[in-house]
This record gives sequence, structure tokens and C-alpha cells, in this order.
Amino acid sequence: MADSSRRDALRRIALSGTVLGGAALTAKWAFDPGGFGLSQAEGERQVRDFRIHTKAPGQDNVFAIAKSSTDPAELVRRAVDAMGGMKRFVSRGDIVAVKPNIGWDRMPVHAANTNPLVVAEVVKLAFDAGAKEVIVTDASCNEANRCFQRSGIWRAAYGLGATVILPSAHRFRDMRMKGEVLDLWPVYTPLVNADKVINVPVAKHHNLAKFTAAMKNWYGILGGRRNRLHQNIDVSIADLATFMRPTLTIVDATRVLLRNGPQGGNMDDAKDMHQVIASLDQVAADAYACTLIGEHASNVKYLKLGHERGIGNMNWAELPHVEV
Amino acid sequence: MEPELNGGDFPSPIPWLGKAGKVPPLDRVATPESEAARIGEPQLIQIRKSKSPVRDKDARHGAEMRIFASANRPKSDAPTRDVTRAVNAASAPATTTNTGGPRAPTQTKKPKKKLPGSGIPARKVIRSLVWVRRAAQVGFVSLFLFFLAHTAFRGTFAASSSEPVRLPLPVEGFLLADPFVGAMTLLSTHTIYRGLAWGLVVLALTLVFGRVFCGWICPFGTLHHFFGWIFPSRYLRGTRRVESNKTHWWQAGKYYIMWGFLGAALVGSSIGGLLDPICVAVRTIGLGVIPALQYFGVRSATVIANSNVRALQSASDGAQDVLARTVWTANQSYFHQTWLIVFFLIAILFMNRFIPRFWCRALCPLGAFLGVVSRFALFGMEKDHAKCTDCNLCLVNCQGADSPQGGVKHRQDECHMCLNCENACPEDVIKFRFLPKRTSTIQKPDLERRTLVAATAAGAVCIPGMRIANWPDKAYSEKVIRPPGAVEERAFLERCIRCAECMKVCPNNALHPAFFEAGIEGLWTPILIPRSGYCEFSCVLCGQVCPTGAIQKISEKQKMGIGQKPIAMGTAMYDHGRCLPWAMATPCIVCEEFCPTSPKAIWPEEVEVPKRDSKYQKEGEQAAMLTIKVQRPHVDPSLCIGCGACEKVCPIVDKPAVYVTNAGETRSKTNVILLENTRYGQS
Repeated sequence: MADSSRRDALRRIALSGTVLGGAALTAKWAFDPGGFGLSQAEGERQVRDFRIHTKAPGQDNVFAIAKSSTDPAELVRRAVDAMGGMKRFVSRGDIVAVKPNIGWDRMPVHAANTNPLVVAEVVKLAFDAGAKEVIVTDASCNEANRCFQRSGIWRAAYGLGATVILPSAHRFRDMRMKGEVLDLWPVYTPLVNADKVINVPVAKHHNLAKFTAAMKNWYGILGGRRNRLHQNIDVSIADLATFMRPTLTIVDATRVLLRNGPQGGNMDDAKDMHQVIASLDQVAADAYACTLIGEHASNVKYLKLGHERGIGNMNWAELPHVEV
Repeated sequence: MEPELNGGDFPSPIPWLGKAGKVPPLDRVATPESEAARIGEPQLIQIRKSKSPVRDKDARHGAEMRIFASANRPKSDAPTRDVTRAVNAASAPATTTNTGGPRAPTQTKKPKKKLPGSGIPARKVIRSLVWVRRAAQVGFVSLFLFFLAHTAFRGTFAASSSEPVRLPLPVEGFLLADPFVGAMTLLSTHTIYRGLAWGLVVLALTLVFGRVFCGWICPFGTLHHFFGWIFPSRYLRGTRRVESNKTHWWQAGKYYIMWGFLGAALVGSSIGGLLDPICVAVRTIGLGVIPALQYFGVRSATVIANSNVRALQSASDGAQDVLARTVWTANQSYFHQTWLIVFFLIAILFMNRFIPRFWCRALCPLGAFLGVVSRFALFGMEKDHAKCTDCNLCLVNCQGADSPQGGVKHRQDECHMCLNCENACPEDVIKFRFLPKRTSTIQKPDLERRTLVAATAAGAVCIPGMRIANWPDKAYSEKVIRPPGAVEERAFLERCIRCAECMKVCPNNALHPAFFEAGIEGLWTPILIPRSGYCEFSCVLCGQVCPTGAIQKISEKQKMGIGQKPIAMGTAMYDHGRCLPWAMATPCIVCEEFCPTSPKAIWPEEVEVPKRDSKYQKEGEQAAMLTIKVQRPHVDPSLCIGCGACEKVCPIVDKPAVYVTNAGETRSKTNVILLENTRYGQS
């Protein structure tokens, strides 16, 4: 058998050299130094700020309470008009995310979710103000299809041409909020990717936090195992309210759950109150609304935290406001 | 250039294989001998395998094979004499050219659309019926998959909030029309539950046309038809396919299986659902294939979504939204121990490689049931044996392995009525018609009476045998939490056919196929695993889709207990050693928040508890003792319905601090905790 030619030898050496080089490159590219990668939260808190900074001419109200009607839609219109009208908040061509509370498989009469008539009116006002798209969505606690259908919100919003998005796993992306107790959490993208966000919570009793409305409604932007939050519910709520700064908060207090919150389930647990609060300040809105179930803001710890953090003002009576 | 080729004489790389490793250079002139040794020999072996080459002379596949062989073989090749003669009829030009070189294209061209032999085409009605059958098969498989994909509640914008939540389609339709399920449950419960009366339609079809259900309708049969066509494409050709499509003794197996299951039904167990083809199809595709598709689909979409290109992300989101509303559901479903279910599917599908439609021929109890009934069928086959040339084209295309060929009697009980044999027959032998002469058919399954009795008896004895091992009356396992509206365990086993409809429809992925939790007899019956998902308070969909009434069709009012006692599946219990407020002085109470009953079955007790500070205030001192307020949860067993919401949301993930067992389930008269409260709901 003849020896290999020089050319052949060179070819074979070059081949093995290429393989070795390729392996070395792969090792360099995929090298893992070990450890856990992510460092703990540090630096500035993350904020998703959707607020508007223009003042309405002739008024500087922080919030408006509508209580002079029994028609939820009328109440919403009056409250929003008192704040300068929806055109102040929504510009032509905006994508507006409306975030009602669609947390539970309950009917409107149970007052565990936002009243569909209130949501519908907000959608309508946003479209009238020139919104390109109005997204209505929430990350529910109970099974989402059932919550959306049985709350009546799906039907009401869809009928007005809103985009109703049902939560599914792929709509959540991990985000670092850098809060005190909340850092890396899956966040519901439709709510943070919009141009304007309108928070439309329902005011109700909560067994652990005593009372919840606007600030607690941001639980619905989180995925993952939210049940851990209850160990420090007040700080979690404050962290979320720090992260999410909505364009406008419209608290639905047309029918308020007085006990057995947050889920209710018994018609006798809820009472008609016929009020809607439109507010620039989520803390003030909650501070006023908690008086409806006989709580005082100073007893609701997350309101105090929000006040201290400068998210808003819990002394609602001192703020410029109007009743319509 | 290449020293190896020029040197020629080098040691063989694998000496004990002789010259096997040596590849002759391409430019060397091949001698006829070496050519025959290289190409002709293996094919000759194949040809000799067929028992009667002369009879085979017109078999389409056989002819093709020999044309190829003869084209490469010199004329003087003595051992292939009989074969060459056989080829003459099919393709005359093949024998005239024998260069041994590359084949000329004209040599292999067969006259198209002309059948061999006499070439008498099948009747036009048969030729079109074969296409109608194919369309029906595609249609029924599509319908089945459509129903299966819609065995899930996806909500609708059109419904008002007070409308009860129901599925709009009869998604369990195929199971309702399954007469074997009907017969089984009739024997076990002495009743025919609601929609199971649809089985009469399939029974009537069989009495008129024979086993058309198997050949035309059955989605699982069509799946096997498809895989029997795809899988063996290279492996099962010609003679081998003909042999595998002849009637075999083991085809009687399905009858013994069926009689065994009917025996089991007689003593009170619908365990036959384990092998009922519709149940198998729902279970394997619904619990295995669809979740697997979703898993891979979502993984691929996630890769796209991680690209950080906005357009790609929204395309991926849009695609996933569409798929979540049509094929799968918004959240990935996982099913307890489905590996065995899926392994079973893969195994029986793979059997098609060796024996087409092995499942239908050897195992299917529904096919056997229809086979027994089909002896009374009005429609059937007539054969004119005298005209048969033994071309075996009918056998090549046979689905049921029912002896369509001449010289033997046709097996009416095995025939799927696919009409392939008459469509393929070139000699005017096979005729399907109403009220055929029965001189050349066997209607009854070819069974041995003793084996039949033994199989039935074995099935009947099996059930008490399994129940001694896992006695259902004594709450064999606390993990057997049956769906809401399930009947008492014995009645449940009489009815449950393990079709997995309830598990597929469960919106929270709460219902799972039991492995051995419910005893060996309870394999693949539904159990609630709250760790995976809880029972949605107002949901009654499992009862809606249950075809046999193992889960009754309860109303929301019954389930939620509006004006009556609610239906309880079990009771929640606390593990005080693991509960945050009970053991670790940490506020939590998520269980109470999720408890759906009103008043809540979980009630909190506010207490002040000591808690050691987690950090030292001063160097060298003990950590301070603090006092904090926590709410400790308690269960009111008279209100708890065992839905498992508390267990699902408990933040102690691995082994939750609150867990549900089947204690106090409404359906049981023995597994009770409390003295009955007959004045429920009255103050």
C-alpha cells in the first residue's frame, strides 16, 4: 500500500483542524460560567407610565365622583366629563387598553367583577375620542373563558368593536419590575404595550386587604403563581401600583360587594351604591371608595404605602374634586 | 490519483465478510455473472417465496418487480424461466430486450388504467362508491377531530352572563353511536342511557350493509387504513402484502376479547371501554396527541416570540391565538401518566407496518360486535370462483382480511365493505349486491364454542377478582375524587367507559386518567387532581359530555347548591404543620379567597401569634420576639364541596398545606363524615 500523497496528507490535516476549530468555537459560544445568572433587584424601580401631563383648561380636579344617576353608563359619562372629557386622555389613533376586573366566574349581580355597562361605556367613550383600537382584557383568577363570558364584559365590549383578548400563556413575558417584593414576574403584555391604559376596577371588600379597587386591580397584569403575593399583600399592591401608572382610573361602585370578598357569590353580599369615580390618582380613588364599605384609608395599609411612596394622596378630602 | 483504486490488492477491512466491504470501481466493465449476482439474486429470492408463481402472474406488484428484475438479467438465466414466462403476459417488451445495461424507459412502462388479465373494469357504481367511501372516511375523521378539538369550553362573546355554560356541539356523538358501548352498558346497568340509543343507527346500518361502520365511518379504523397504507409502503409489497391480507386464525381474537368484555359487563363493569376504538381514539388523541402538538407548537412559537422582532412576535401571537381557539386550549394541558396511553397508540399504529389494520382485524371489540351482527346483513358478496385467475389483486387491496379471493369462502363477518376487492378484480368474479347467494360466504365468526364460553367466563370472573384486590365500597384510595355528578362507585364502574371525554373537556385540566389510584379495574377512569387544577364552581361540562351517565347531567343549581345541598366531591383538610399562618406565623389565606361557596367553607380566625424577628437588632443579642396578626384558616365540612380550589392555589407548591380527599363525597353512602343535615338551606 502506497504512502499518502502530500496533498492528501494536507487535506486530511486541514479537515481535522477544521473539526477541532469548530468544536472550540462551539465551546466558546456556548460556554457557561456557572452560577444563577440573574442578580437580585437593584437600581431604579421600573415604571410603566401612561399618564397625561396636560391640564384641562379651567379645572384642576384630581378626581370626580358621579352619584346623581342610577344608570351606570350615565355615571361614567358624567364622571369622565367632569375630568375634562375622554378627549383629554385619549388621542386620535391611540391603542387604548381597558383593564376591568374580570377575575371571577361571577355574574354582574354578584359585583365581584366590573359592571359590564361601565366597561362598555368606557370603551364607547374611548372610541368616540378617536382611539384606533380598544383592548379589553384581564388575567383572570378563575377559568378565563368562563369569567369573560359570565361577567357579561365579553359580550358588552365585543358588541362595541373592542378587541377582547383572553389571557393565554404566550401573552405573558417575564419583566423585571424591581419592586420591593416583586421583581421578575411574567407580565401580561396587552396591558403594558398599549398607548393608553384605563383602569376600570370594581370597588369591593377583600378579606385580607380589607378593601380593594384600583391599586389591587393590577394583580391582573401578572401571570405566574400570584398566590405568593398574599403573604405581603400590601407591599405587593404598592409595588404593582408603582409599576403601573394608568392614564385614568374609573372605579365602578355602582354595586359594591360588602362582605365575602373578593369573590362574593351571594347576591345578598352586594349592595347598590350607584357611584362611579374617575380619577387621575389611584390612591385617592381607593381612599374615597373605601369609605363606601365603611373603611377608612388609614386602616388600609397599602394606601398608606402608596401615599408614602408618592404614588398618590390618600387624604382624598383635601384634594380638589367634584361631585356630579 | 486514487491509489486505492489502482492498487487493487488491499486487505479487506472486515475479513470475515469476504468482499462485502469492497466496492468495485464504477468504470470497470461488469460481466453478466457479476451483474446477476449483484442485482438479480436478492430479487430471485423474493420471487421464489411466492408459492405459485403462475397464479401470481398478473399480480400488479409482482409484475412490476419482475419487470425490473428481467431487465437487468441476461436471457440465458435458467432459474428464472418460470418467472420470465409469467412476465410475458404483463409486459411483453421486457423479455425481448436483455442488454443488462441501464433500463430503457419504455421497458418499465405499464399500460396505464388497464387492469391485467381479462382487464374487465369494475362496475361504474363500484368505482364511484370507492371514491364515495374515501370521501366519507375523510369526512368522518374530520368530523371526529373537529368534535374532539371542540370538546373544550372556549367561551363566546354572544352569550349573556346568565346563560348556562354548555358546549354547543354534540361532541360525544361518535361515542353515543357506538353500539358496543350501548350493549356493554345495557348489560351492566340494564338501561340504555339517553343518547346511547343512537347506537341503533349503526346497528341498523350493519344489519343492512354489514360492517360499513368499520370501513366507512370509524375514525380510528380510518386512521389504521391510512397508516396501513403509509407505513408498509416498501416493506409490505406483492406477495408479502397478499399473505398478510389473507384471513388468519388470530382474527378470532377480537371476538374472544369482545365476549370477555361483555362477560365483564354482565357482572357490572364497563371495562371494555379500555379497548373500544372510539374510546381509544378520544383518549389517545385527546389526552396525548393534542397536548403534544400544543407543547411543540407553543415551544416553536416561543422561539419566534423571543426573536424580539415585533412583526414576528405578533404573527406568532396571532397564530397561537387562532390555534388556542381551534385546535387546543389557551393553557397547556398535562395528563397524569398518559405515557401508557400514548405508548399503546404508537404500538398499535406501528403494527400496521407488518399487518395492515392489525387493530381492526385482531383486537377491536366494536368490530367484533358488528361482525357478529353482520351475519344478518342484507348486503354482501357473491363470488364466481370459476372465473377467478388467482391474480390476488383483491387481496392486495383488502382491508378486513376477509378472503375475497377465489377458491375460498368469503368471510362476511370480517369484511369492512370497503369494496376495494370488486374495484380491483379484473375478471368479473366479485359482485357486491343485496341478498347475495350464500353458497360462497361464511357469515358467522369462526369461533370455538369452548373458547368463547371460557373467554366470557374469564371476563366475568375477572371483575370480582379485581375488586377483591381493590374493593370499591371501602374507598380504596383517598385520591379517588370523582368528577361532580359522578354516581356511586359501583354504579360508576358499571358505566364509565374510560373514554376521557370528561378529562378533555375539563377547562382547568383538573380531571385525569387514574393509573392505579382507583384500583386495577379503575385504570384510566377520571379522577380529580386538585394540584393540577380545581373543579370550576359553576362548571358542569363533564356531565354534559359523559356518554354513559357515569357523570350525570347535573345543573348549575344542583352543583352550586342553590336552594339545595350542593354536590360535594370530597372535603378539604389542613396540614397545620405546613400551613403558613398555622405553622410559620406568615399571613396568607389565599385558600379562603378562592373558596367559591357562599358562605365560604373556609373561614379565617384572626389571632395574634408570636414571631421571632428574622434579623438581629443588635450584635450579640438574641433576635427579638414580635407579635403579629395572622388569619388561620378552618374548614366547615358542612359547606365544603371538595372542589380543590384551595389546594390548587396553596402557595406550598410541592405538597400543599390544604388538600382534598374524597371524604364526605355526596355520591357515597358510606364515605361520609357528618350526621346528615336534612334541613339544609333552611334557616
